[in-house]
Amino acid sequence: MLTDTAIETKLSSMTNQPSIKMRGEKVDVFYGEKQALFGVDLNVPEQQVMALIGPSGCGKSTFLRCLNRMNDTIDICKVLGNITLDGEDIYDPKIDVVELRARVGMVFQKPNPFPKSIYENIAYGPRIHGLTKSKAELDEVVESSLRKAAIWEEVKDRLQEPGTGLSGGQQQRLCIARAIAVSPEVILMDEPCSALDPIATAKVEELIDELRVNFTIVIVTHSMQQAARVSQRTAMFHLGNLVEEGPTDKMFTNPDNKLTQDYITGRFG
Amino acid sequence: MSAAATQPAVQTSKRGTAVNWQSSEMLALRKKRYAADRRLQAYGMLAIFFALGFLVVLIGTLTFTGYRAFTQSMVTIDIDFSSAEINRENPMESNWRTIFRKAVIDDVGELSRSEERDYFSMFTSSAPFLIRDQIIADPSILDGRASFTVPMSDPIDQLAKGLVDTDLPENQRRVNDKQIELFNKLEAKGAISQPFNWGLFFNSDSRFPELAGLAGAISGSFWLLLVCFLISFPVGIAAAIYLEEFAPKNRFTDLIEININNLAAVPSVVFGLLGLAVFLGWFGLPRSAPLVGGMVLALMTLPTLIIVTRASLKSVPSSIKEAALGVGASKHETILHHILPLSMPTIMTGTIIGLAQALGETAPLLLIGMNAFITSPPSGVLEASTALPTQIYIWADSPERGFVARTSAAILVLLGFLVLMNSIAIFLRQRFERRW
Ligand SMILES: Nc1ncnc2c1ncn2[C@@H]1O[C@H](COP(=O)(O)OP(=O)(O)OP(=O)(O)O)[C@@H](O)[C@H]1O
Ligand SMILES: [Mg+2]
Repeated sequence: MLTDTAIETKLSSMTNQPSIKMRGEKVDVFYGEKQALFGVDLNVPEQQVMALIGPSGCGKSTFLRCLNRMNDTIDICKVLGNITLDGEDIYDPKIDVVELRARVGMVFQKPNPFPKSIYENIAYGPRIHGLTKSKAELDEVVESSLRKAAIWEEVKDRLQEPGTGLSGGQQQRLCIARAIAVSPEVILMDEPCSALDPIATAKVEELIDELRVNFTIVIVTHSMQQAARVSQRTAMFHLGNLVEEGPTDKMFTNPDNKLTQDYITGRFG
Repeated sequence: MSAAATQPAVQTSKRGTAVNWQSSEMLALRKKRYAADRRLQAYGMLAIFFALGFLVVLIGTLTFTGYRAFTQSMVTIDIDFSSAEINRENPMESNWRTIFRKAVIDDVGELSRSEERDYFSMFTSSAPFLIRDQIIADPSILDGRASFTVPMSDPIDQLAKGLVDTDLPENQRRVNDKQIELFNKLEAKGAISQPFNWGLFFNSDSRFPELAGLAGAISGSFWLLLVCFLISFPVGIAAAIYLEEFAPKNRFTDLIEININNLAAVPSVVFGLLGLAVFLGWFGLPRSAPLVGGMVLALMTLPTLIIVTRASLKSVPSSIKEAALGVGASKHETILHHILPLSMPTIMTGTIIGLAQALGETAPLLLIGMNAFITSPPSGVLEASTALPTQIYIWADSPERGFVARTSAAILVLLGFLVLMNSIAIFLRQRFERRW
């Protein structure tokens, strides 16, 4: 494994490929008796956007939720195999889940702002992690997070109003800002645009493209166009198996696998 | 529609052919379905009328028998202290009985011995002490004439309220002819009045209906509920949080859950026996004390509170929980910062309803002796006291006529408190509860 990583690092430096941020090896996931993922090997490259695609129920969300151990909240869910963040096993019993989730943030399918003020929504993460020393510093984090999420202009005059009073698209960008505020290294997004109209979607996509500079992003999407637009690499799932993974250009133009081709061209799914 | 009518009738049973919605069978079927709708509505309305009817009858009879207890016949007596024999050094030591009797005799003139006895029994027997207490509170009254308003005794109160049938032969009523004559005399003088019976709220229990009030019972109930709240609220919430958020799902926690649900259905008298055996028997806590009563009521309220709290914790959408966990909140932060505050309105509502139930609970309090005859309100949780429901129980058992109305009045007061608490609960629910 160590040698693997070493080779990988060497390779990436040689070919100018980004290094691996998160690595999944032989990931099996069970919901009770039912197996939802079968030996998935998938690497998430640093500072890129990776898209997970595949028909409904194929295990995209399940894999995504393994990456920040959100599956821990489901009693019957069992994860086997190996998942690492910067080479560290995140399912090691000694790992600090709070730290992991701070480093691997998440944006959910349905916008889920806290039923608190817009300001509180953003400030909550930095506050519990003690990231800021003063109110002024916190204000600054709130502003910069909202700016990065391209929503500052819309909410700067109503920071004390409830976050739940925003429109769906604004709420989703608020949730992205909330994730950014903790300065994570990886952001996981589970169909972040499924509740949004085309204009809001375009904004969020633009945002994802900008965020790539600072963050590693994994996004689940049902929209092939979206995957093509925002991602550098794409992974195709089917019935709990990873079918194929590769650079997005290649996946959309010349996939190795027939299933991928059929799915991308809309023949099933 | 007209187009449909011109079309040939079509077979409805065959697949693939169009359905003729206007055929007579279809119309009849729909008519039947609508009739069923209306019947269901009618049954519902009937049930509501039935329930409301009972409520109206209940409140109606209570009000009808109880409203008289909200006034009390009083008599106003003038006393000229300049001529009265008073121990001015120490007014406490004076013979207040004599002073009072002289003053009231002055109002009606000479009476024979037996007539005098009848006359004095028309006033509450503690009238001299009521006057004494007023003077001790304000000795300057002693300087000249003063008037005092004291309650009439129960039979005269009944007479004043028109509840004594004066046509009955004298030996069949509790008020004799002479007393009626004297009463009319006092009334003619304008000495009789029927003010609002503040004593009902500010007096403690007494053997004499005209003096009996609910102050002891109300403060007893207050201490009971306070103890009950202080125990059941934190314990209930902590238990619910553990069961809902921390407990592993296994046989053992299933067993706990089933038992909590069973506990909620255990008759209250059983909790009373438990309190008697454990709190009084083993721990040696004092009998009749609100502390013990409150602990017993807390045991009764706990299961309900745990169930309500768990349900409200569960009703917070998991998306909020995931949002908190997603930014790296720990378990206790997720619970204390997000889930618990969001479920608080429901928990408060459930708590108030639980306390309202506890307020009306009688059986367990009887078992731990909270139906004792106690003439002063408790000043703490360890002093013997009664509670509203047990006071009602005591009064309902008392033979004096005046307690009949007072029992109903006490029930109305208890219902008043219940309505108040439930209104607060409803207000909280409407004001703060979220719908997801
Ligand atoms: N909490 C759960 N309990 C039991 N089974 C689950 C649970 N969540 C997901 N599953 C099962 O795991 C499989 C993968 O589900 P997952 O949510 O990962 O699919 P998905 O690819 O995200 O689908 P979609 O595109 O519809 O969101 C499905 O068969 C689903 O039924
Ligand atoms: Mg999904």
